[in-house]
Amino acid sequence: MDTTATFWLPSSASTIANEVDGLFMFLVWMSTFFFVLIVAGTILFITKWRRKKGDVGRLDTGPAHNSWLEATWIVVPTLLVLVIFFWGFRTYMKMAVVPGNAMEVKVTGQKWFWSFTYPEGTATVNELVVPVDTPVKLLMSSQDVIHSFFVPSFRVKKDVLPNRYSVTWFEATQVGEYHLFCAEYCGTKHSEMIGTVRVLSDSDYKAWEEEAMFSGEGMSMAEYGERLYTSKACVTCHSVDGSPGNGPTWQGIWGHNQPMTDGSSVTVDENYVRESILNPKAKIVAGYQPVMPTYQGLLSDKEIDALVAYIKEVGGGGE
Amino acid sequence: MAVNNSATTTVQDAPRSALAVPASRDSKGLPHPNYLSDGGKGLWSWLTTVDHKRIGIMYLIVVMAMFFVGGIYALLIRAEHFAPGGQLMNADQYNQAFTMHGAIMTFLFIIPSIPAILGNFVLPLQIGAKDVAFPRLNLASWYVYMFGAAFAVYSLVTNAADTGWTFYTPYSTETGTAVISMTLGAFILGFSSIFTGINFIVTVHKLRAPGMTWFKMPLMVWALYATAIIQVLATPILGITLLLLILERVFGVGIFDPSMGGDPVLYQHFFWFYSHPAVYIMILPGMGIISDLIATFSHRKIFGYKFVAFSSLAIALVSFIVWGHHMFTSGQSEFAVMLFSFITFMVGIPSAIKVFNWTTTLYKGSISFSVPMLYALSFLFKFTIGGLTGIFLGALSVDIHLHDTYFIVAHFHYVMVGGTVMAFVGGLHYWWPKMFGRMYNRTAATIAWAFVFVGFNVTFFTQFILGSQGMPRRYWTFPEEFTRLHGFSSWGAMIMGVGFGLMAITLAWAAFRGRVVGSNPWGALTLEWTHATSPPEPHNFPATPDVAHGPYDYDKVIPRVDEPANAGVGHARPANA
Repeated sequence: MDTTATFWLPSSASTIANEVDGLFMFLVWMSTFFFVLIVAGTILFITKWRRKKGDVGRLDTGPAHNSWLEATWIVVPTLLVLVIFFWGFRTYMKMAVVPGNAMEVKVTGQKWFWSFTYPEGTATVNELVVPVDTPVKLLMSSQDVIHSFFVPSFRVKKDVLPNRYSVTWFEATQVGEYHLFCAEYCGTKHSEMIGTVRVLSDSDYKAWEEEAMFSGEGMSMAEYGERLYTSKACVTCHSVDGSPGNGPTWQGIWGHNQPMTDGSSVTVDENYVRESILNPKAKIVAGYQPVMPTYQGLLSDKEIDALVAYIKEVGGGGE
Repeated sequence: MAVNNSATTTVQDAPRSALAVPASRDSKGLPHPNYLSDGGKGLWSWLTTVDHKRIGIMYLIVVMAMFFVGGIYALLIRAEHFAPGGQLMNADQYNQAFTMHGAIMTFLFIIPSIPAILGNFVLPLQIGAKDVAFPRLNLASWYVYMFGAAFAVYSLVTNAADTGWTFYTPYSTETGTAVISMTLGAFILGFSSIFTGINFIVTVHKLRAPGMTWFKMPLMVWALYATAIIQVLATPILGITLLLLILERVFGVGIFDPSMGGDPVLYQHFFWFYSHPAVYIMILPGMGIISDLIATFSHRKIFGYKFVAFSSLAIALVSFIVWGHHMFTSGQSEFAVMLFSFITFMVGIPSAIKVFNWTTTLYKGSISFSVPMLYALSFLFKFTIGGLTGIFLGALSVDIHLHDTYFIVAHFHYVMVGGTVMAFVGGLHYWWPKMFGRMYNRTAATIAWAFVFVGFNVTFFTQFILGSQGMPRRYWTFPEEFTRLHGFSSWGAMIMGVGFGLMAITLAWAAFRGRVVGSNPWGALTLEWTHATSPPEPHNFPATPDVAHGPYDYDKVIPRVDEPANAGVGHARPANA
């Protein structure tokens, strides 16, 4: 994954990355040049003209002004930054203009996970799967506060706003897995709003698509639910073996009377689980924070039924 | 009082009568009268003082207390990052820690640091005035600062805000932490800043001593003047913005929150319309100090005085139209993005002009490696890095990658700490003997400087690499591959912490127990050194100073290093000794 990484930059895996890196490295060398020029000049001057005995009685004989020098260090930096401005702007425009043949993925940011909806209607959570060498347009919006979609290896970043769509695109050039970060501070688990971009070869992508369209044929509902437990990221907060997490464990939960933060208690049954998936803030189990996002629109009825069946199984309801 | 006033003939020696000679010295060997012991006694005389020097010292005490609190948060943040999340704090505590670090350092430390402490102390002295134009307004600004600080501290001790110092909506509208008291604190602190700004503008226009023409003003005064313009014009916008935020939180008025029909990006525009010029409120006075330090410790006329002076004004004006460069990824129109990028490059040029002029000033100088000069040289080193990395962030395509990563964090710490704070502590070491009439231990101060220099570069240069490798900022935890660089950066912060601690002890000790010095231990040519005792008398000068030469006329005047050779009790130094 990090095969093309350098001292300064992470692996470069998109069509735009090399252009960005070209300007970046130009700036590194230009900065090094000017830094060395100034520091070397300073060291030379302060060594050569360090104060000696008897200096204090001497009048300053150095120049106080030189128009040619002033003109030089105004004009040269100005010309240089003009070049850099055009160079940066040209690549920026390529980032801003989405190719007409791009495949469109809808991206939703919410506290604190990413979800992706593909052209065929399937959805994934915290994992964006794309084919290699294909332009992908991202149509992004937020359910709550501002997030920012950032894939370092693609050199792409765009804020994800609650009141409008924002658009960006990339074309991956290397098969592999890449970090997806939220780059705009969004609260408690900002630093855990991390996903993966999985770039697949064309054939692997087709296979993945078929797998994603799979809706549990030939499986029991509980088996299908177990699979969704991982693929829909329930596993990040809920354990099935009693170990603690951000949400209550599912072990031994079925039919149990759960105490709520408001002092009431609720029996865990089909309706309670369904409500907790679609409207998770309606009832909060005592000792937990109302942090679970809604899965409204992300899960089909069949998928919810499968999860209910799985919770029933690991929750002791199947015995 | 025969003063050679002729500007055309070379003055072969400093006019001796122009040297500040104390009327007498008290039992501690300090000049009598001086503003510390002769402006009234007891706490009440300080709390009701209208003397700009005493107000400067009162600011020094409270602003340094805030620097200490902000610094503790900095060390906590770095200690947490020795390894991924959970070393010391949970995620919520971490989010509060970086918010408090940023808000305290910005609003309570760095904005008031140079203008309110050093500006208050030296501005009237440098232009030959008895005080600022509105002494009571000056005292009021200190009380307003204390009032604003009280709100900020209230937020800190109750349920510290966790929004980042930028208070971005809609997060800041939703979060359950004490955002209102923090923003109200920043709102009130803004008035303190405006009061100081108005005072300085009027003082520079109306109270210059006879002969103190605009181009005889020290560059510190030019920089404080340019800063005051921004303080007066920009700060009200922050006030209105924070007030709108409070209205939205308390009364549910939909201005920024989209769920109430508002626009969150509008908040960012408002916020940066103040906060970008505010960046120059922070750096410009530092540039002024550096100009004075480099001239004094090279015994050289500053190279290109007018270019350095006018570049401050150019920065002040252009700084108002670059705010959009904080929002290149926020979805502004491509046209706006292009303009902001272009103007951003233009605002960099005046800073480059200054750096080149400072470096050239060293040429053929008589370079002293006194402690203030060490800070000035480390300013040149670090500010150059801070400025050059700013070019990366102005370049659009590169900024998209670097925005909101540690590269930004490193960049603004190189400018704000490597630039402003180095200039500020350099200025403290420069004017400390003027403030207290006593000198610090040079060895201890040099060791402290070395710790800060090494620690700073280890901490923040590492963060450039973290950032360009893609590490986002404001992250409590992070992927394993960043651990090594984070750990390295954290060790640097600990070294820097030791340096600042040693510096504080050295300076505090010197203020009470340091060796008594003369009026002009550096051989400087500005009025506070040539015409006022150390510490100055309550009304600064025995008589209105006669401005015989420019602030850096080392080509006309041989600087005299004035040490109190006979600083005995009650000894009056003969005028022609």
